[in-house]
Amino acid sequence: MSGNASGGPGTSASEAPAASGIKIQVRDLDVFYGSRRAVRDVSMDIAARSVTAFIGPSGCGKSTLLRCFDRMNDLIPAARVHGSVLLDGEDIYGPDVQPVEVRRRVGLVFQRPNPFPMSIYENVAYGPRRHGVSDRSRLDEIVEQSLRRSALWDEVKDDFRRKSALALSGGQQQRLCIARTMAVDPEVILMDEPCSALDPIATQRIEDLIEELAATFTIVIVTHNMQQASRVSQTTAFFWVDPDRTGHLVEMGPTAQVFTSPKERVTEDYVSGRFG
Amino acid sequence: MRRVLLADRVATGVLWAFAILVVGILGAIIVHFLLAAVGTFSISFLFGNPSDTAIGGIGPILWNSLYILVLTLLITVPLGIAGGIYMAEYAGRGRLTDAIRLSQELISSVPSIVVGLFGLALFVNATHWSFTALGGALALTVFNLPLMSRLTEQALRAVPADERSGSLALGATKWQTIRHVVLPLAIPGIVTGIVLTAGRIFGEAAALLFTAGLSTPSAYDFGNFNLADARSPWSPFHPATTLSVYIWKLNSEGLGSFVRQIADTSSAVLVVMVLVFNLGARGLGRALQRHVTSA
Repeated sequence: MSGNASGGPGTSASEAPAASGIKIQVRDLDVFYGSRRAVRDVSMDIAARSVTAFIGPSGCGKSTLLRCFDRMNDLIPAARVHGSVLLDGEDIYGPDVQPVEVRRRVGLVFQRPNPFPMSIYENVAYGPRRHGVSDRSRLDEIVEQSLRRSALWDEVKDDFRRKSALALSGGQQQRLCIARTMAVDPEVILMDEPCSALDPIATQRIEDLIEELAATFTIVIVTHNMQQASRVSQTTAFFWVDPDRTGHLVEMGPTAQVFTSPKERVTEDYVSGRFG
Repeated sequence: MRRVLLADRVATGVLWAFAILVVGILGAIIVHFLLAAVGTFSISFLFGNPSDTAIGGIGPILWNSLYILVLTLLITVPLGIAGGIYMAEYAGRGRLTDAIRLSQELISSVPSIVVGLFGLALFVNATHWSFTALGGALALTVFNLPLMSRLTEQALRAVPADERSGSLALGATKWQTIRHVVLPLAIPGIVTGIVLTAGRIFGEAAALLFTAGLSTPSAYDFGNFNLADARSPWSPFHPATTLSVYIWKLNSEGLGSFVRQIADTSSAVLVVMVLVFNLGARGLGRALQRHVTSA
C-alpha cells in the first residue's frame, strides 16, 4: 500500500537538506560502557528539518549514538562519551551544559510506548508543567495543538481529559508519546525504533506523521526496518559492528543512494538483505 | 512417564497439605479467641473502663494502642519515606550505602525485648520522662523506621524504568521525576507497607513493656487537652499500656475474678484488629493502584 508512496518523500527529500543548514554535528565520538568501547570514531552531520535514519544490525551502536544526542546516556552510570556533539554549533557535552536543558531541546520517543499512567491530557501537559507553564488556558492550548499535530486529536477529543493514556491502543500510545514530546517544543526529535512494537497500520500512521513533522523538526530515527528507512528518511546512515562488538559508521548519504548504489560492499550486502 | 506424573501428583498434594495447614492454624487461632469472647464481648467492653470486680472494659487501653500507633506512624512515615527515597534514588554504590543497608537489616532483626531495654535506658531513664506513650512510640520507631525505609525503597524500585526515562527525556529534573512520576506510582506499595507495619506496631508488646509501661489512667477525661498533664489522653507523656501489653499483664499478674474472660476477649479484639489492618492493606493497595493508574 505504501510501495508507491516511498517515491514521494524521496523527491521532496532531495531538496530538504540542501535548503536548510546542519542541526547536529558529531565529531570523533566514542562511547564506552565501562572499559568496553560500544561506538567508535563517529563523525557525521545531521541536516535540520529532515529525517535521518540510522540503520544497521543489532549491537551496531545506533541506539547508543542516538542517546548521545540528548544526553540520555548520562543515566547509565558506566557510560562515558568522548568527542563532541554540536547542537547548532554548541557542544552539548560542554562543561557548562545542563543535560536537562539539552533534553528540552532534543526530545526522545522510545521503542516501547511509555505514556505515564495518567490521563491523556496530563501526559501531554507533563512537560510544559515541569517547565513552569501553569496557566490553564495556555496548557489547554498546548495540549490540543500537540494532539492535533500528532494526529491523535480526532480519536480522543471527546474524553482526553478523563481517559487514561493506558486505555489507548499501542499505536495511539506512541502518537501520544510523540505529542508529549512536541509539547515541550523541542528542535530535534529522536526516535528509537518507534514502530517496532506496533502493527503495520499503526506503523503507517506513525510514518505519515514523521513525514509531516519533518517540516518543523529535525528527526533522527533508528530503525531495524529498511523499508521504513527508505520510506521516511531523506538521509540514511549505515552502521556496522566489529567482531569485538564495537559499532561504527560505515557510510552516510542520501537515502536513495545508500539503498541503490552504496559505496561500501557491506552496506550493499546488508540493504539487499544478504545478511537476513 | 508415569513416575513423572506420580511425582507431580505427590508434589501438588504435599504443597496443598502445607497450605491447608497454614490456613488451618490461622483459622484455629481466630476461632478459638472469637469463641472465648462470646458472652464477654460487648460494645461497652470496647469503650468502657477497666474494673477489678466486674468485666469492665478496655477503653483506655484501646485508646493507648491507637495513640501509640498514630504517634509512631507520625514519626516513622515521613522519615522512612525520606530514607527510602534516598536509598532508592540517590545512594550510590559504596561503603556508606552498604553500611546503611546492613544497619537497617540488623536493627530490624534485633529482638524487640532488647529494643525495649534500650528504650528504657534512653527514653525512660535518661530523659526522666518515666513510662510514657512517647517513649513507647520512640522505641517502636527504632525498628519500624528501617522497615518503613526498606518498604519505600522497594516500592520505588518497582516503578518501571520506562516511566522514569520518559519523564527525564522531556527535560524534567531528577527531583521532578521522583516527585511527579515515581512517587505517585509507588504510593500504593508504600501505603500497603504502612498499613502492614501498623498491624505489627499495634500487636507489639515486648518493646513497650519497659517504655510505655504497664499502667494507664483508669479513666480518661477526653476534654482535658493539657498536653503536659499525664492524665490527659491527648498527652504524649501519659503512661500507656497497650492492648498486647495489657493481655500479657493480665495473664502474668492479673488478680481480678474475670481475668480469664478479659484476657481472652482482649485477645479476640487484638486479633481482629490486626486482621483488619492486613486485609485493609490489601484492599487499600489495590484501590490506590487502580486510582493511580487510571487517574
